[in-house]
Amino acid sequence: MSAVELAPHGADTTKPKARRGDIAWRWWLVMPALIVLLLAASGPLLIVLVYSFLEPGNFGGVVWNFSTDGWFQVFFTRDIFDETLVTPATAHLDIFWRSIKLALYTTLITAILGFPTAWFIATRAPDVRPIWLFLVTIPFWTNLVIRTFAIMEVIRNEGLVNNVLRGVGIVSAPIQMLFTDFAILLGMAYVFLPLMVLPLYASMEKLDFKLLEAGYDLYASRLRVLWHIVLPLVKPGFIAGSILVFIPAIGAYVTPRILGGGRNLMLGNLIELQFGQGRNWPLGSALALTLLVIVVIALLFYIRSTSQPEGQRHG
Amino acid sequence: MGKRNFSIAALPGFATIAMITFVFLYLPIVTLVVYSFNEAASMARWEGFSLRWYEAALNNRQVQDVSIRSLVIAAWAASLATILATMAALATTRNERRFPGQTMVYALINQPLMVPEIVTGVALLIFFAMIKVSTGYQGLAYLVAAHTAFCIPFAYLPIRARLETMDLTLERAAADLYATPWQAFRHVTLPLLVPGVIAGFMLAFVTSLDTVVITEFIKSAGQDTLPTYMLGQMRRVITPEMNAISTLFLLLSLIAVTVFFLLSRKKA
Amino acid sequence: MRTTRLTLAAAALAASTALASAQDGGQLNIYNWGNYTSPEMIEKFEQETGIDVTVTDYDSNDTALTRIRAGGHGFDIVVPSNNYVPIWVEAGLLQELDPAEIPNMENIAERWRDVPWDPNRTHTVPWQWGTTGVIVNTSVYDGDINTSAIFLDPPDELKGKINVIPEMTDVMNLAVNYVGGEACTNDRDILRQARDKLVEAKQHWIALDYGTVDAYAAGDIAAGVYWNGASMRARLANEDLAYGYPKEGYPVWMDSAGILTDAQNTENAKKFLNFVLEPENAAMISDFARYANGVEGSDAFMPEDMKTAPEIVVPAEHEEAAYFSVTCPAEVQQLYTQIWTELLR
Repeated sequence: MSAVELAPHGADTTKPKARRGDIAWRWWLVMPALIVLLLAASGPLLIVLVYSFLEPGNFGGVVWNFSTDGWFQVFFTRDIFDETLVTPATAHLDIFWRSIKLALYTTLITAILGFPTAWFIATRAPDVRPIWLFLVTIPFWTNLVIRTFAIMEVIRNEGLVNNVLRGVGIVSAPIQMLFTDFAILLGMAYVFLPLMVLPLYASMEKLDFKLLEAGYDLYASRLRVLWHIVLPLVKPGFIAGSILVFIPAIGAYVTPRILGGGRNLMLGNLIELQFGQGRNWPLGSALALTLLVIVVIALLFYIRSTSQPEGQRHG
Repeated sequence: MGKRNFSIAALPGFATIAMITFVFLYLPIVTLVVYSFNEAASMARWEGFSLRWYEAALNNRQVQDVSIRSLVIAAWAASLATILATMAALATTRNERRFPGQTMVYALINQPLMVPEIVTGVALLIFFAMIKVSTGYQGLAYLVAAHTAFCIPFAYLPIRARLETMDLTLERAAADLYATPWQAFRHVTLPLLVPGVIAGFMLAFVTSLDTVVITEFIKSAGQDTLPTYMLGQMRRVITPEMNAISTLFLLLSLIAVTVFFLLSRKKA
Repeated sequence: MRTTRLTLAAAALAASTALASAQDGGQLNIYNWGNYTSPEMIEKFEQETGIDVTVTDYDSNDTALTRIRAGGHGFDIVVPSNNYVPIWVEAGLLQELDPAEIPNMENIAERWRDVPWDPNRTHTVPWQWGTTGVIVNTSVYDGDINTSAIFLDPPDELKGKINVIPEMTDVMNLAVNYVGGEACTNDRDILRQARDKLVEAKQHWIALDYGTVDAYAAGDIAAGVYWNGASMRARLANEDLAYGYPKEGYPVWMDSAGILTDAQNTENAKKFLNFVLEPENAAMISDFARYANGVEGSDAFMPEDMKTAPEIVVPAEHEEAAYFSVTCPAEVQQLYTQIWTELLR
């Protein structure tokens, strides 16, 4: 393991030989992770790709005949009352759009709450920072199912919030919060918040506060300091956090089902329906791969924006 | 580290929002804990203080089994994922130009995040079943492998974020002072990397504890974990026993955190 | 890194204790719905036979079927619902049972012997059975509750307070029955009416959710589609709740236990099936899961509150509307899924 070769001096990269050695090292380092991923995550996905081009079995599973019906059904619907009529699958499009929207909002909410929180932690004295950090993660030692139920306890009609509001006399009848989009957003923000705070903190913790001081000395306003100095420096953490929140949020299904009451499907639920009660695995596979494509596009966009030169790296 | 000027670091309103966040994080948890002491069988009413649900949980052999299994899998998966992710992060950061195939590596590492659990679950079920049938081995390794793969991106992203904002001066200084590459890594890079590694490990650990759909599909006989057990209960009824178990898990995390904190203190 | 080492050590320790606790001698691996297997009954079985039993949960028929069909699972016994049993049998996943080896098959109640999904009980024995109907909070609405109109044409009092379990086939069939069709119909006219009815009714539903005993008891939800045993639990928490049997038709289901073809402990599995057909033991399952069991003579051992519960003992006047839930043909299943997706878009 060569840290020197991992952190090449500027001069090294100009020498083709050194660069080749560097690349070889990098591949060796990344190989174990790739092997595990190929065996236990990506490789089996090829099965999904194959399945999306087969015919559905009568009771789940697939029949080994080539068919593009799965993909066709993602985008088009054959009218069930008049089979000659083919229309765009607006139901699927609605569900896709809804999932993307809710995932974006969730990312935004976690960022609005997470940024100041990570900042707050990063600006504590170094020896108490771990305590605050652990405080963020402790609620997440309970699993997702029970965490979602905990949220439900708080916002239900006879729950904490409504009882307090009524006790104080602000409202006379309980506010319906459970089983609304508000509940889904609240729940998803809750379950995904640490995924935003931790990477943000990790990138802020090493922030050079001398730079802030310098900025402040130059009479820059706080907002300008934040915008021009802090944001570019914590950008990698922010992007990592957004990816960690956005992607599970777009495929989430436990939280929307419990808190949203399942009146409207999200993508995760739609895919689950096809693999489960719907017994149409090819359509489920094709839907999953469509989701994958959306996410890959988003991710490529992210990578493009991170790999752009960010001005001078400090140090 | 340098001296901090707190008046500059403390941006107005940030502390308030941070406090709101902590209230938001803990309000549901406190409710959960309080109701674990509820006499009533339903979470709908408060009928007085009682430890009966703790008694029930502690006497329930299945609950104990699934809790321990969850922790064992999470410990293995998070440790492996953190090690692999750290190596991968070192390999994919701090080079001036991306190496050929780096984009593909990114895609592979993040792939478990991009696919709904149900899809990974079905794919793994089919794939692992083939191995299970041909080797006859049905142990926990399948679950550990699947969880490890699923946790890698969660460990990778914070570590990578840490590396990208890390100062290279010290490493270069070490190299200039003729430290071996390993020494430079062990004594300079790694200590600086620790916060990212801890963040990554913790994320991976809680992610493994949460992974329910994949587990549901690939578990063999007698391999229920806490979330799959709870999911099975959810169809019928959730009793405060679940609150009691969750409270015990919180307690466990508090102990782990405290021990870790004391240990790291001692070292400093 | 220190945490890593610590947890690794802890994990190794835990793993070794787990291994040490594995006993010698007979084993039995049961794959069943979550929260459905009485722990006391299992303990009794272990004590009587010395067999070490492991129960593993699943959360849906489809998960169980997919899982077993893939192979390499290690289970001996599975408990599919009646409408799935023919699929299991057809796929050759269940062993044929020999009544000579399971003498207690004698105890199966007359009604549950020659059943359409398993003629002459060649592959499965009864576990628990129940119905899918409606639940209503009578303090909110005191009209006729024995109708699917509760959720398809809800009275004003119930609008916006209805929950429907997200069981596609059950809900679709209730709607098809309501507009005058037979379960699993592919009659497009009926389907169109059912769809229109569902789409119109959905605006009055607050949720499509499962675990809602609490929500009913607390008054968050005032009515909905529900299972009888869960309804009984809800009523025990709030006596205003009542269970209705839709007169337009409602499904009866029975989960039945069978032995897997690739079981590794077939003999122990037979012992277990024989054991659960003992009236006293069947009653233990019912006491735990709160559903009826289909074993003759188990009434004597049933808890008092279940012997008379209107949710468990189907009143004579409602028996006629009942029908055994069936497996829909693949074509109908696809139509159902399409309507369902349309409904929940």
